Amino acid sequence: MALTTFASPAPAGVRSPQPVRLRDVRRAFATPTGPRAVLAEVDLTLAAGEIVALIGPSGCGKSTLLRQISGLDAPDAGEILIDGTATRGIDHRCAVAFQEPRLLPWRTLSENVSLGLPRGTAKDTGAGRVAELLELVGLGPSADLRPRQVSGGMAQRASLARALARNPGVLLLDEPFGALDALTRLKMQDLLLDVHAAEPTTIVLVTHDVEEALYLADRVVLLGAPEGPGAGSVKKIITVPGARPRDRASAPLAELRVELLEGLGVDTHHAAQHPTTQHPTTNPGDRPVDPATRTTPTTETPR
Amino acid sequence: MTDTIVGGTGTGPVVDQHGRPLRGLNQLDAGTGGATPPGTGAHGSPHDGGAPAPDTAAARTTGSRLVDRRPVRALLALLIPLALLGAWQWATTTGQVAPHLLPSPAAVWASAIDLAERGLLGQYVAISTQRVLLGFAAGAGLGLLVGAVVGLSRLADVLVAPTLGAVRAIPSLAWLPLLILWVGIDEESKVTLIAIGAFFPVYTTVAGSLRHVDPHLVELGRAYGLRGPRLFTGVQLPAVLPSVVSGLRLAMAQAWLFLVAAEMIASSMGLGFLLMDSANNGRTDRTLLAIVLLASLGKLTDTVIGLGQKHLLRRWS
Repeated sequence: MALTTFASPAPAGVRSPQPVRLRDVRRAFATPTGPRAVLAEVDLTLAAGEIVALIGPSGCGKSTLLRQISGLDAPDAGEILIDGTATRGIDHRCAVAFQEPRLLPWRTLSENVSLGLPRGTAKDTGAGRVAELLELVGLGPSADLRPRQVSGGMAQRASLARALARNPGVLLLDEPFGALDALTRLKMQDLLLDVHAAEPTTIVLVTHDVEEALYLADRVVLLGAPEGPGAGSVKKIITVPGARPRDRASAPLAELRVELLEGLGVDTHHAAQHPTTQHPTTNPGDRPVDPATRTTPTTETPR
Repeated sequence: MTDTIVGGTGTGPVVDQHGRPLRGLNQLDAGTGGATPPGTGAHGSPHDGGAPAPDTAAARTTGSRLVDRRPVRALLALLIPLALLGAWQWATTTGQVAPHLLPSPAAVWASAIDLAERGLLGQYVAISTQRVLLGFAAGAGLGLLVGAVVGLSRLADVLVAPTLGAVRAIPSLAWLPLLILWVGIDEESKVTLIAIGAFFPVYTTVAGSLRHVDPHLVELGRAYGLRGPRLFTGVQLPAVLPSVVSGLRLAMAQAWLFLVAAEMIASSMGLGFLLMDSANNGRTDRTLLAIVLLASLGKLTDTVIGLGQKHLLRRWS
């Protein structure tokens, strides 16, 4: 339908990655002391196939923004376009995975994954696809186990496979590894990159883990409370340098980590600042940067 | 064994289908390497993944305590009934209690044979069972329907629940004169009364548990495009099924209670009638027979639903 420049090697029936455009998205919630703006003036453009991490302090609206894109919640104002068309309600082009695996306990892992299949998928096609996805996330031998019988990491992989079963153009991950232990989390991050390579989609990842954001994302969006009139939720957009898989210990990433943590209001006790982040290259118009031509980190502050 | 929590989201304790801890599931625990699952490449971790072996010897050796063995359990369950029977026999044969107050087990058995030979025993048991089953089916079906509507719709909850709460408070016997007047003294009034009795446990458990279905699972269903009836049959109904079955179990017990109420007031056959009739004629042996039969039939129907429940919980948890 849509004209995409992707010569995607994806298997038949799999949707190509889709671009997402958020235009002045606002959302406020009623509180006893009047409405509280959680999201204000969110303007973002996500390129097809890009991985974008949303990061910010608790309650800054990261998950709320994700829910706007998925259609689980509707913005008070503004517009969300996926591949050029506005979303209305639950959008079948999106798939969500949550912090909790949210597997149906009465279904086996493979039955849970099949919940994600698009409506009207033929039975044998669906079964083949489910088996393929379970293999992809390394759950092939566990297909017939029930959620209660598997570890948290395995359950989260099943949840990821279920999201992929939707053949999403946009994959929305709401702190998907937040509840896992540190070691499992690192393995899951690599698994996500493998999955992204095997079945490319646009990924929006909500996280509160700065390292995770810098390891996975093409760009990191720092969100914060919209304070004062005219202030937006987006505080900073950082383009992360280097092709994936990245060196977790690289110096530029360490500098960006300091910058992000300070943006989150954490005192890092860090003395020297890297010169590139002291004079950030502004990237006007909120355009994604081609990863191939990118060598140094860029930081932009909207408005 | 039966106290596993239903409705978890997959992060709970790692147990097998009988609820016993599964030691062999985790490669670290099992102490074996196992095959790296395909697709994970270099990060098939010994910690979080790997090929599980749910049926290892370690898992099988747990839970083999003596009281968990089926024949032992059956014997232990019969212990108290047999002791009661023994005490009953002893009290009657030694003349501790007068026979008109407590006839001997043999006399009760003889009265059963006598009634059976006249063709009454089978008829009484059959008609009572029929009334219970019909009333239970109607009441439980309606309870499921109304419970689902009240549990899912906030409006229906506000509109209907208070009134039903008041109706529920009406004692069973208070219904009978009106029911006889309105639907007649025949089968209809009895079956209706039993249906009322079976309705409320099912209605209450269904409405209550639907209101408390894990909102995360409902949201998940919505996020994957399930709405209306498909969300109900796909997520909400399966999520409450275990509590629905407990509601059915309670409803079945209530159905037998209401049966006796109905048959004691206005009937010419059935176990409630036998109870009333024999008490009026001083036939304590028959009264005891009726009580033993009600206990046995009630336990039998409860066991049938209990078996279904067990089967279900094994799948659900």
